[in-house]
Amino acid sequence: MRRVNRNEKARVSLTLNGRKLSAEAEPRMLLSDFLRQALGATGTHVGCEHGICGACTVLIDGIAVRSCLTLAVQVEGREVTTVESLAAADGTLNPLQQAFRNNHALQCGFCTPGILMSFTDYLTRNPHATTAEIRDVLSGHLCRCTGYAGIVAAVDEVVGGG
Amino acid sequence: MKPRPFDYVRPDTVEEAVALLAEYGDDARVLAGGQSLIAMLNLRLIEAAVLIDISRLAELDALRDEGDTIEIGAAVTQNKLMAWPGLGQKLPLLAAALPFVGHFQTRNKGTVCGSIAHADPSSELPLALAVLGGEVVLRSQRGERALAAGEFQKDMLTTARAPDELIVAVRFPVMAGSGAAFREVARRHGDFAIVAVAAVVEEGGAVRLGVGGMAGRPMVRRIEGDVAAAVGEWAEQLEGYEDLHATPELRRDLFRNLAPLAIAEARKCAA
Repeated sequence: MRRVNRNEKARVSLTLNGRKLSAEAEPRMLLSDFLRQALGATGTHVGCEHGICGACTVLIDGIAVRSCLTLAVQVEGREVTTVESLAAADGTLNPLQQAFRNNHALQCGFCTPGILMSFTDYLTRNPHATTAEIRDVLSGHLCRCTGYAGIVAAVDEVVGGG
Repeated sequence: MKPRPFDYVRPDTVEEAVALLAEYGDDARVLAGGQSLIAMLNLRLIEAAVLIDISRLAELDALRDEGDTIEIGAAVTQNKLMAWPGLGQKLPLLAAALPFVGHFQTRNKGTVCGSIAHADPSSELPLALAVLGGEVVLRSQRGERALAAGEFQKDMLTTARAPDELIVAVRFPVMAGSGAAFREVARRHGDFAIVAVAAVVEEGGAVRLGVGGMAGRPMVRRIEGDVAAAVGEWAEQLEGYEDLHATPELRRDLFRNLAPLAIAEARKCAA
């Protein structure tokens, strides 16, 4: 049994984008804040903090989830993957990111990290997603620049449908 | 916002989880998927002295086909159930309802039992459980009991779970061969429904109709004969409620329009 009292900090060890790391967190610290503040991985954005906007979506053991609806202490021993993992070390964009660039699928870019991570999971499960399926997955994200058409076109391009 | 401070405990067994609930009772909240709980903690709508995290308990992450019923453990996510190959054949109402539950990203973590435990009056899984006549399995140090859906959900966000009880599973009766349909109206896809309806065709052609969003909990009635008349009569009897999204009148109107569509669709599936 693992127990962390409210005013204690627990050391949380995880694999972040292939690197083993650890840092301290209080029980109430959200994974979104832990990534940005304790681990310095600021690619994950924080919007609404109640699971609606999708900006903070990351992968835990390959599954897309809201990092604002996950506690830092819950990822002990898990593998967390964020938007920082997508491009190559020399900055070359991966095919999903390149398709976003090709299709003007971002304006301000605030929502983009979460959307990229959602489709990183979804396209692994369903590499030939239809436009309707892409729109359904995208419904879990808010883009306040309302660039949805470009985002759908980008993912369509990746699956070879566009 | 951020939650108020709480203690975090991750038991290694169901026995430990139940012992913690016996110790803390109402001061504890059970954390499974956290898709409603952590949102409410972040918004400070609720607070907890202790969170008991059951999400890693392997014994609760099981989906069991018992023949007449499908038993879904408390750590099974909504997407895990949605991906279960037997779903369309054995639980067609759930196959129709699950795509309306939140979004892909929240179904990845949100659990079937968690949604039923949360007991929102318009949410999809409690409605499906009520229409199918399923039950909720509760365990405490005093023993285990199973409550029928109608006995479990009492009112808005209120259930018959005692403070020392853990929901370990829900059981859905298998409905082979009969038609089922699910419809809802929400402001945006993936939001909580304003009104949701579920219809299941019984042997002999009568329909079990359930509605969410018209009372503090899902309501179920057997509909025979003239559908429009039966639905219209029931709509007047249901009190509805007013919130940010709709007045009782709008809810009644939506229900009168949605229910015949769901019934026709269920009958078409059954034929």
